[in-house]
Amino acid sequence: MKLFAYLQSFASTLFQRPTVNKEMEEELRSHIQHRADDLERSGLPRAEAERRASIEFGGYERFRQESHESLAGNFLETLAQDARHATRVLWKSPGFSVVAILTLALGIGANAVVFSIMNALILRPLNVPHSQSLYMIEMGKDKTPMQSYPDYVDLRDRNRSFDGLAAYNLSPSGLDTGNNPSTVWLYEASGNYFDVLGIQPYIGRFFHSSDEHGPNSAPYIVLSYDYWHSHFHRDTGVVGRVVQLNKHPYTILGVAPPKFRGTELFYAPNLWVPMVNQEQVEGWNGLNDRGARGVLIIGHLKAGVTPAQATADLGTVAAYLAKTYPKEETNITFPLTHPGLLGDMLGGPVRAFVSGLMLLASLILLAACANLGSLFAARAADRSREMALRLALGSSRKRILRQLLMEAVIVATAGGIAGIAGSIVLLRWLSTWQPVPNMPVNVIVNPDASVYGVALLLALLSGLIFGLMPVRQVLRANPYQIVKAGSTGEHGRRVTLRDVLLVVQITICAVLVTSSLVAVRGLLRTLRSNFGFQPQNAMLVETDLDMAGYHGDQTAMMQRRMIDAMNSIPGVTAAGLVDRPPLALGWSSAVVFSENATDFRLSHAAAEAIRYSVSSEYTEAAGTTLLAGRTFTLHDDKNAPRVALVNQEFARKLFGSPNNAVGKYFRLSEKERIQVVGLLQDGKYKTLTEDQQPAMFFPILQSPTSASWLVVRSSRDPQQLAAAMDHKLRELDAGLPFSIKTWSRELDSALFASRVATVALGVLGILGAMLAVTGIFGMAAYAVSKRLRELGIRIALGAQRKEVLQAALGRAFRLLAFGSLAGLLLGIAATRVLSLVVYQATPRDPIVLGGVVLTMLALGLLATWIPAQRALSADPLALLREE
Amino acid sequence: MTNQAQILPGTLDLLILKAVSLGPLHGYGVLLRIAQISGEALLIEQGALYPALFRLVRQGLLTASWGTSENNRRAKFYELTADGRKRLRTEAEGWNRLATAMATALAARPEEI
Repeated sequence: MKLFAYLQSFASTLFQRPTVNKEMEEELRSHIQHRADDLERSGLPRAEAERRASIEFGGYERFRQESHESLAGNFLETLAQDARHATRVLWKSPGFSVVAILTLALGIGANAVVFSIMNALILRPLNVPHSQSLYMIEMGKDKTPMQSYPDYVDLRDRNRSFDGLAAYNLSPSGLDTGNNPSTVWLYEASGNYFDVLGIQPYIGRFFHSSDEHGPNSAPYIVLSYDYWHSHFHRDTGVVGRVVQLNKHPYTILGVAPPKFRGTELFYAPNLWVPMVNQEQVEGWNGLNDRGARGVLIIGHLKAGVTPAQATADLGTVAAYLAKTYPKEETNITFPLTHPGLLGDMLGGPVRAFVSGLMLLASLILLAACANLGSLFAARAADRSREMALRLALGSSRKRILRQLLMEAVIVATAGGIAGIAGSIVLLRWLSTWQPVPNMPVNVIVNPDASVYGVALLLALLSGLIFGLMPVRQVLRANPYQIVKAGSTGEHGRRVTLRDVLLVVQITICAVLVTSSLVAVRGLLRTLRSNFGFQPQNAMLVETDLDMAGYHGDQTAMMQRRMIDAMNSIPGVTAAGLVDRPPLALGWSSAVVFSENATDFRLSHAAAEAIRYSVSSEYTEAAGTTLLAGRTFTLHDDKNAPRVALVNQEFARKLFGSPNNAVGKYFRLSEKERIQVVGLLQDGKYKTLTEDQQPAMFFPILQSPTSASWLVVRSSRDPQQLAAAMDHKLRELDAGLPFSIKTWSRELDSALFASRVATVALGVLGILGAMLAVTGIFGMAAYAVSKRLRELGIRIALGAQRKEVLQAALGRAFRLLAFGSLAGLLLGIAATRVLSLVVYQATPRDPIVLGGVVLTMLALGLLATWIPAQRALSADPLALLREE
Repeated sequence: MTNQAQILPGTLDLLILKAVSLGPLHGYGVLLRIAQISGEALLIEQGALYPALFRLVRQGLLTASWGTSENNRRAKFYELTADGRKRLRTEAEGWNRLATAMATALAARPEEI
């Protein structure tokens, strides 16, 4: 009731302000008239009566004002007044305002960016209906999401927990819509893919299980909306059109809806084709091979089935598989994981890293708040005289507090808006960034309304937190004392809240600086590390002869012609061919057995080695050192005994020592006995952070491949060389889709993770450093201004510069040293996480440790420079005169 | 004049509630009624009445409506709400307790101790 009456009164004063004012005037007038009537009745003339009535009424304006205030609507007016005043005050001290707003903008911006990334990668589920029940099935033990197609079929048909299971994998292919062969990136998907996910076509139709009738029976294409938009100009007539995919005719069935970017967050495909056509798309067919693990499996859990129940159910399928196929399937389990990031393969590190970033970002915001808190407190102390005067002149403490809060809120809002604006710019750029050349790898991280909301809320919250810091000061202030005595230092507690805040902040900063230095050092070392090949002065041509319609013996002939063509370019020292260069995205591996093996179950393998098919010139072109034996020759063909080159690790695993590997044998299976003819140096194959992997290289004539990467070594200018290579290749076959790039550029994909980590940590480190500078500056400036008089007296009494500085800034430096040390130790602990992402990230590195100490020292000097100057230039005469 | 007393802070609201409880009044009427029921003993600055009236309206203790006064002038008349009546009762009780206590205390004589 009361609340209602209040609101009514509030609303009426708010919306009918002129009426309210008029009514109030009328009421007060009416009062004076009534009084005048009475006075007139007692014998006064009317004019005199009205005059007397007015006087008796008292301060008309004052009572009108007070009446207004008691009408509640006044609240907004005072608020506006406070806001105007606060803006004026802030405007008058631009240094403080800019530092405060920037500090907060950095904190808020960093959080908005990191939160958006977290939102895009972790929080926001895949854009499919009922995504909360969508799971990916991993392969136990190895923790890999890659499964074989036969296993998929068994899982799909034998499980009782899923509404349906779909399989897909990622692959490039050559698309020709009429004389323009180009590489497209696609999903090979099981026929039920769209039905399992519950996606409806934008136009046309999707393919279904009923379209599959054995290998190569479903030559259909579903375009992604983006690809349709960019390459078909939103032409609705594409449905039903026949295009060439790897020189095979395929019919475009339809277009996927705009928001559907496939089921991997990092990889937005150009199109989808049925997996049963794998042979045409990839050039080989793994659909019947239980050992060929290359498909990802996802599906919706049935309503009411928990993940634990589903895992148990899949366990019975695993038991069935182990019993039925004892050779291929031993010790398998099928745990569930979240889809979107290649299961836990990418998901694990990404989640850990982004959560780490989020933690650091919130630390930054915390530091920013601490910073602002001390800035505001210092400012309030500087303004204690003004406050005291206002109190003495009759202003209420409430009003002063309200105004201080208003200042804080204005700073918070401005900082929040600036931070969000900055983060939008950064995120726009991030969303369009394609880190891996020629591949549709990117992540949409555009912030949404929830991000803005959270950021603004954070800004206001921090505004209130730091705005409240000086409150105690105001409430305790004794105006008479302060006006009489001038501002006096706070005596009493040795360690104040401000000190604690500053130490926390410096600690955070030191953690950030340590982490970024470790990351940068790690990256630098990575760039100089031993890859097992020389990416400098080498160009790569990526192509797949299958895409251009070559089959069987044609492939080997064409590969030979391409190698010879490259070698004929002037300035080329070596050119070779490999099915896929090391450290490119993806790899293939096979299990190997010792020569005397009798049991060829997977569990009895001697090693799992990465396999490459290479031409005889590859080792020279790639710059891989041959340590012993020979490379391949053109005679290592189908009719010759099988041979291989292996790396040192392979030799260690298989033969115990690399020294006598040449001439020995190993087996891929019972029938495949292979002789080692050469020993190559170790290198990196899958990722930069991998443990040393065994690797084996087979001659392309003995293990043919249609995927063909030419490695061309030359010290010529890359651009000229690329043009010459392009010309030669077009001469050979104008319909061949290929791309040319430097090997270093290709390595960008391998370095992607460490680069991202380094950039992210570097930026956060710089943010932290900036915050530390403003924090220390605020603290030191405050300390100096408080003790300026004392310092002046010390100088007057003959104190040396060193002593003055020690008195003025000793505390700041002690806090700095303490915080830095704590931060350094914490940072060293934190880099354990970092070493998962950044190759060779180790904090036990004198350069890193020294760098942190130096950086913190430099920051301290930078931040205390101005206050130090002020302390030194304290003029005792002027000070004594003024105070 | 010498018999008049400045009212204590916080008592104005109670006086207004009491005055209005005896029948609807306009602002000037409230003033006259307080003078009348206090035997002309309490002095209220005339203008100070209005902030108090508006506050009581806002708190939902009074309602106001325009009407015509005995002088044939337009005036705003105040009336007590149910909440106002309740508030008057509790405040009056509180005040009486205080007044009795004060009177007892002040009437104390040395021999009674």
